[in-house]
Amino acid sequence: MPINIDKEIEGSFQIIGGNFVNAGEASTQLKLLLSKLGVDEDIIRRTAIATFEAEMNVIIYAAAGRMHYHITPRGISIKVDDMGPGIEDIELAMQEGYSTAPDWVREMGWGAGMGLPNMKKNSDIFKIDSVVGEGTTIEMVINFP
Amino acid sequence: MKLSDFVGELSLEVKTCKEGLEREITGVYVSDLLSDVMANSRAGDIWITLQTHLNIVAVAGMKNLAGIIIVGGRKLPEDTRQKAEAEKIPIMTTPLPAFEAAGRMYQKLKQQE
Repeated sequence: MPINIDKEIEGSFQIIGGNFVNAGEASTQLKLLLSKLGVDEDIIRRTAIATFEAEMNVIIYAAAGRMHYHITPRGISIKVDDMGPGIEDIELAMQEGYSTAPDWVREMGWGAGMGLPNMKKNSDIFKIDSVVGEGTTIEMVINFP
Repeated sequence: MKLSDFVGELSLEVKTCKEGLEREITGVYVSDLLSDVMANSRAGDIWITLQTHLNIVAVAGMKNLAGIIIVGGRKLPEDTRQKAEAEKIPIMTTPLPAFEAAGRMYQKLKQQE
C-alpha cells in the first residue's frame, strides 16, 4: 500500500489538564498527518480512537501531559505521559465500565470507563505504567498492515 | 439518502454548516457516551445525542461523522456552534426525543433499502 514514509517521523504535543475547549487537538493533528502520509483508513481510525482517549484522560485527570508519536514504515508508536494522580489499581482501571471520573465529567458523557479499554482494543501493543502521586505513562503501537 | 431529506420529517433546525446537508448519510448512531461514539460509530453516520458541549464537535470530526442531531429541544451553546461552523460539522436540533428521532430515521433509511 502506498505510504509516503521514507524516513521516520517524530513529534510531540503538549496537553493541558482541564482544557476541555481544545480537547482532541493533539489527536486531530496526528490524524491529519497520517492522512497526508496516505496511511490506511482503518489504521487512521484506530489511531484516532486510541489517541483521542489518551488525550481525554490527560485532560480529565492530570495537570498536564505530553503525547509523543513516532511513525516508521512499519507502524506508529505513541507514548502519552502525564503529571497526574496516577492509577492505584491498573487491573481495575482496565475493566470496562470502571471509572473514577467525577460527576460533572460523567454528565458530559465522558468517564464511562471505556477509555483505557478503547485504547487497548485499538492498538497492537498496549502498555500502561503508573505511579500514584506521580503520573501515568501509556505506550501504544499500531502496526501497518 | 441525504441529511436534507430528514429536515421536514424530524422538524430539524439547522444550526451550522448548511452546505453539509447534501452529504450522503450511511447510518445513524444514538449515544450520549462520547467514548462509545468514538468506539462504535462509523464514518458517515449521523449522531443522535442530548450532549451539547464543545467536545461533541471533536468527536464528530475524529470519526468523520456526517452530522449531529441534538434531541429534546435542547439549545446549542454558542461556543459549540462556532466550533462546529469552523470545522464544518453540521449540527441540527429537533424537539423530538431520541427514541422518536431515531425511529423516524430508521424507518426512512429502511424504506430506501
